[in-house]
Amino acid sequence: MKYLCLIYEDEAAWGKMPKAEADTMMGEYFAYTADIKRSGHYLGGNALQPTQTASTVRVRKGKVSTTDGPFAETKEQLGGYYLIEAKDLNDAIQVAARIPSARAGSIEVRPIMEYNAG
Amino acid sequence: MPADEIRRMVESVYRADSRRVLATLIRLLGDFDLAEEALHEAFATALLRWPETGVPDHPRAWLVSTGRFKAIDQLRRRARFDASLARVADQLDSAVDPAQDVREDAVEDDRLRLIFTCCHPALPPDARIALTLREVCGLETEAIARAFLISAPTLAQRIVRAKTKIRDAGIPYQIPSRADLPERLDGVLHVVYLVFNEGYSATSGASLIRRELSGEAIRLGRLLVELLPEPEALGLLGLMLLHDARRETRSSASAELVLLADQDRGRWDRAQIAEGCTLVERALASRRFGPYTLQAAIAAVHAEAPDSAATDWPQIVGLYDVLLRVESSSVVELNRAAAVAMRDGPAAGLALVDGILSRGELADYHLAHSARADLCRRLGMTSEAIASYRRALELTRQEPERRFLERRLRELSP
Repeated sequence: MKYLCLIYEDEAAWGKMPKAEADTMMGEYFAYTADIKRSGHYLGGNALQPTQTASTVRVRKGKVSTTDGPFAETKEQLGGYYLIEAKDLNDAIQVAARIPSARAGSIEVRPIMEYNAG
Repeated sequence: MPADEIRRMVESVYRADSRRVLATLIRLLGDFDLAEEALHEAFATALLRWPETGVPDHPRAWLVSTGRFKAIDQLRRRARFDASLARVADQLDSAVDPAQDVREDAVEDDRLRLIFTCCHPALPPDARIALTLREVCGLETEAIARAFLISAPTLAQRIVRAKTKIRDAGIPYQIPSRADLPERLDGVLHVVYLVFNEGYSATSGASLIRRELSGEAIRLGRLLVELLPEPEALGLLGLMLLHDARRETRSSASAELVLLADQDRGRWDRAQIAEGCTLVERALASRRFGPYTLQAAIAAVHAEAPDSAATDWPQIVGLYDVLLRVESSSVVELNRAAAVAMRDGPAAGLALVDGILSRGELADYHLAHSARADLCRRLGMTSEAIASYRRALELTRQEPERRFLERRLRELSP
């Protein structure tokens, strides 16, 4: 099954982090990504620019409206994701638990909806 | 064999084995609802066939094979409307011969798979309880709804959602890996403990169905001890047996609450206490015990005392000290304070209770205020006792407790 692991964390914390610590964290991410590529779990993944770069688009009555944000009053923001292939939810949970940000933030694990072809 | 005798035979196989058959069918068919239909089809077929053919040598294996066959048949019929089901049916049909899958240890593994799936941490807590009672214990939806004082449709919906999540999120039908087992077993034990408490704590309303819940929790506890004799599983079963042994004496004939100190210990179930104590000793000897075993050890000290005054209070305080180190909580602290009051006198207990209340954590917990009221009463601080009993009365939701507190207030009022 395919799962999307959504990484939520306090994006302000990244900015306040000393450089050495941020480098260690990045190193952990590179090692983790290499690891789940080797184990065959990795399908894709990306880190996202912080929420102040985000735009929200809606179409209402045929009219496009664009606003900045979202700036919801939450402590954790979506900061990146991995798309993985896992045997089942237990397997996916084990993969998600090793994402470095799981220690400070949280990972939402969502199964990908499969449509029957034909 | 006469038809009504066969019917009784089928009924007794159903009572003894329907959950085992279901657990295996879920594994073979990979779907809860399909397995449940197959289970009922299998028993319906048994009622028709067994009067002619006689009862098969291995009724359980026969039921699994028949159920599986019926399910594949059902899928083929539905495949006329949904082509993808034909492939599923073919896959199931070419799988291993189910007769190989009903060996004793495989069947027992299926029962564990079912328990761990129903208690999976990815399911909402109340759904875990509902699903466990429905699938593992075989309780009817209406009975579970009555016990939890919610409507049957609400409960049924909770179960449907849980099954949908099991399927769509890919919750596997498996026993957790060794690395995950301690945490996952804790989760299962917690479900069993909640079921027991639900049946044990309230003494009003639908008391019969609540007693059934405690009975189911004890049966689940026994099943876990049999399948996975980990120390905390032993401890939890011991704890439930020791509490349940006092059940009959916890309320009077007129349904009034009777405190531990006033209970008729001659009516405690001695056989059950002996069994509970043995389990506690086994769990303690493992040196890998946790909070359930420690609570059970405390219950065992109470159970073995001839009366409240002769209870080994220093040992109880000591056990609470260990419990606080394992699982720090204000409620455990409160219970420890009550034990200290018995060991060192009410003034020492009151100082501890006031300390806990001043932190504010238990400010809305009725038992904290009734414990304080009781200590004040014993110290002759009547007006403080009245104030605390009144606060407890405002907070309690249980009818027998309300009557108990009102009785105390009447005794204190001039």
